[in-house]
Amino acid sequence: MTAPIVIVGAGQAAASFIARHVALSNPRSVLIGEEPHPPYQRPPLSKKYLLGELERERLFIRPLEWYREQNIGLRFDTRVDAIEPDQHRVLTASGESIAYDKLLLCTGSSARRLPDAMGGSLDGVFTLRSIADIDNVASQFQAGRKLLIVGGGYIGLEAAAVARKLGLEVTLLEMAERILQRVAAAATSDYFRELHQGHGVQIHESARLARLFGENGKLRGAELESGAIIDADLVLVGIGASPNIELAQAAGLACDIGIRVNDFCQTSDPDIYAAGDCSCFTRNGQTIRLESVQNAADQGDLVARRLAGEDVRYTALPWFWSDQYDCKLQIVGLNQGHNHTVIRPGAGAASRSIWYYRDDELLAIDAMNEPKSYAFGRKIIEAGISPTPRLVADPMTDLKALAMGK
Amino acid sequence: MATITWKMEDGSEIAADVKNGLNLMEAATANNVPHIEGECGGCLSCATCHVFVDPQWFAKTGEIDDIEDTMLEMTDVEREDNSRLSCQIIASDELDGLVLYVPEPE
Repeated sequence: MTAPIVIVGAGQAAASFIARHVALSNPRSVLIGEEPHPPYQRPPLSKKYLLGELERERLFIRPLEWYREQNIGLRFDTRVDAIEPDQHRVLTASGESIAYDKLLLCTGSSARRLPDAMGGSLDGVFTLRSIADIDNVASQFQAGRKLLIVGGGYIGLEAAAVARKLGLEVTLLEMAERILQRVAAAATSDYFRELHQGHGVQIHESARLARLFGENGKLRGAELESGAIIDADLVLVGIGASPNIELAQAAGLACDIGIRVNDFCQTSDPDIYAAGDCSCFTRNGQTIRLESVQNAADQGDLVARRLAGEDVRYTALPWFWSDQYDCKLQIVGLNQGHNHTVIRPGAGAASRSIWYYRDDELLAIDAMNEPKSYAFGRKIIEAGISPTPRLVADPMTDLKALAMGK
Repeated sequence: MATITWKMEDGSEIAADVKNGLNLMEAATANNVPHIEGECGGCLSCATCHVFVDPQWFAKTGEIDDIEDTMLEMTDVEREDNSRLSCQIIASDELDGLVLYVPEPE
């Protein structure tokens, strides 16, 4: 009997792979995950789940019974220690050897932590990445407590919004000149700075953390490089994530900023695929690694199609979203390499969209409470149309007509 | 509790009892309804949970807000008068017996 398809890592990419795989062919497969849960949605963790508005079971992409009904072999709470490509098998920490016909790596990424020397292991310092992270910290999100957020990226900003809603005092540190600097244009940073300040968040940009300090192992506060002291009961570290590529590296697979894959999500070993946060690929001459549901789901889906013999390549247009207070941010495209932006006013004061261009070419759109810019902008980008900045900036321009090439 | 029926283009059907309060995208994926993906988890960003509502039931499924109305413009199969994003339809006793038709992208 042929060995099963083995999936290492039980997140969004794995769930998407399995759903398509089951629908198309369904040879045997085994899913191995380190956490005790079936694949679940991570985006709500820093939003509704932290807020306590969503029960845990509703995070699960499909219920546990579904995997059983599909005869998927399940190994949760199980770490893989090694891949042996020559033997076509993986070895688990519990001592099991599992043979594979094809292997799919969906090992995801891990939240970066502050080093112990900076106080990273004090009691009261946490990251937001898993159900366990939230379950450990949610009870401490109480009105009046002081939360310090290190890092002004999406996770930090989403957590700030939840914390304000729950009545915590929130201070946010960003070491770059502006929040969201790594991922968005200044106009988008300006929007979110104003939004959060309007909700009472203290934002310090160009602020470098020197260390967190405590007493008897318990967090007390933070000292900045400027010498300023900020009291804190809780510190959320939101300074990005690193791809989990150690297994792949040890197995000799080509790695770059992630596990290197081709247009078919295939690694340097043709029987091993990688999908989601852990993988990197080339797009428009640049090596990119995406941390998004879209990328994980689309890559997982693509691998299932490839294994079923479909002639498909990974060309999906990236998209992304974030919810903060009453703002829905929707992003389409990749803004890397842009050299100018255009602001399109929306219908309300809190709605606008930022259009990213490289010369004359439209690359991406950040839409804040502006779903039309997102929905029609997506069609515009997919159609390869680059409307002039003047047209985009004019609120009277009919985006739907533009999307239809009129 | 509501019994919901999803009808596919090939004539096959899936029926399931859905707890009040769950949205019908979640219910569809939990019950293995094909072509309903719900990638964004129901936050109106992906338009991959598009359904056609049986016209007799359409009014009972609730109002379409501006965001849903816009997102319905980007479905794979073009929207019709009875289109909804099923993540925005919430199961309730009033929807017991609801029939949804699932569009199949090319």
